[in-house]
Amino acid sequence: MVQAAEALLNPEIVLAELKKNAVSHVVWLPDSETNWLYLLIKAEPSLTLVTVSREGLAFSTAAGLYFGGKTPVILIQNTGLMESGDSLRGWGLGLNMPVVLMVGYRGWTRHGVTIDTAAVYVERFLNAFGISYYLVENNHDAPRISLAFEEARKTQRPVTVLVGDEYHGFHPH
Amino acid sequence: MMQMADILKVFKEYRGDAIVVPGKGARYWGDMTTRPELDVALMPTAMGGRAAFAFGLALAQPHRKVVLFDSEGDMMMGLNILPTIAEHAPENFYHFLLDNECYATTGGQPVPNAGKIAYDVVARGAGYARTFSYDNLESFQINLERIMSGPGPVFVALKIVPEIENEPVGRRKRFSTRSREQVRQDLWKALGIAGCNQ
Repeated sequence: MVQAAEALLNPEIVLAELKKNAVSHVVWLPDSETNWLYLLIKAEPSLTLVTVSREGLAFSTAAGLYFGGKTPVILIQNTGLMESGDSLRGWGLGLNMPVVLMVGYRGWTRHGVTIDTAAVYVERFLNAFGISYYLVENNHDAPRISLAFEEARKTQRPVTVLVGDEYHGFHPH
Repeated sequence: MMQMADILKVFKEYRGDAIVVPGKGARYWGDMTTRPELDVALMPTAMGGRAAFAFGLALAQPHRKVVLFDSEGDMMMGLNILPTIAEHAPENFYHFLLDNECYATTGGQPVPNAGKIAYDVVARGAGYARTFSYDNLESFQINLERIMSGPGPVFVALKIVPEIENEPVGRRKRFSTRSREQVRQDLWKALGIAGCNQ
């Protein structure tokens, strides 16, 4: 049981990482890996949730927020990230936007027998664009979220956090 | 049908201290503007995201008007941002659509269902509270004060004459005189947010 609990990624810890990095807006399209964060974000007065209906629009929305002086984070699934290729190029890389992408790693299994092509291609996709990424699977990995923010600020580029939780999503207490 | 330059000439009297995202209008706006530090001309970025970008700006700067000159080809590629804009309903957001019914920068091929789409109705259906549509300069001119003095989000569809480009992309005149990085820095300085995010 202890092992199982340690394997979880608690949404309060993720939220604390966002607040620690002064995130103002969460630009989001719901996905199965990050759905538990929704209620917490909605209830958090320091964050504004902006729901889009296609992931590419998360990049242009975030770019507008950034140009307006805010600190957005993009929260989408790996499928939507791949859909967003040109938006990542034009709005993210093209505008030197230091944004963190928290990407639900659908299909991630750890053991290497990966069936879901959404998982098969996502790291290759990020490598093709030269986007750094950090894998976060449980609470112990959560400080990597701050590392991603630091790298984004330092490099003035998008940096990704892959949320790999084997289909379990974020877990409440 | 109106000329893009005439629309911008009429609009500039009402600009005040608004942030302007001129879109394709940048080709004329650069010679008309008196507040270039508040102009956000970023072309080229990625097609389909201009309305979302301007919406993000409006959310970030709620006490300042943000005026977007969108085009129908770009808007149709990202049409699904309209419900998001309507949901947040930024009162400072003024969304003008320059509709020339074609992809002018690729030679003038018609957009899907060209000339038969009521974009103001699409915006209203998505939830914009105030929508308008004009196909002649006189009507636009008469109503612009009312449009700009009321709250956003407002959507204004404008029929314009296509200005078709056939020159190879590499030989076309670039209308932006500043780099994208310079545009951002100028904007931050004007808004008093220099240093933010760095």
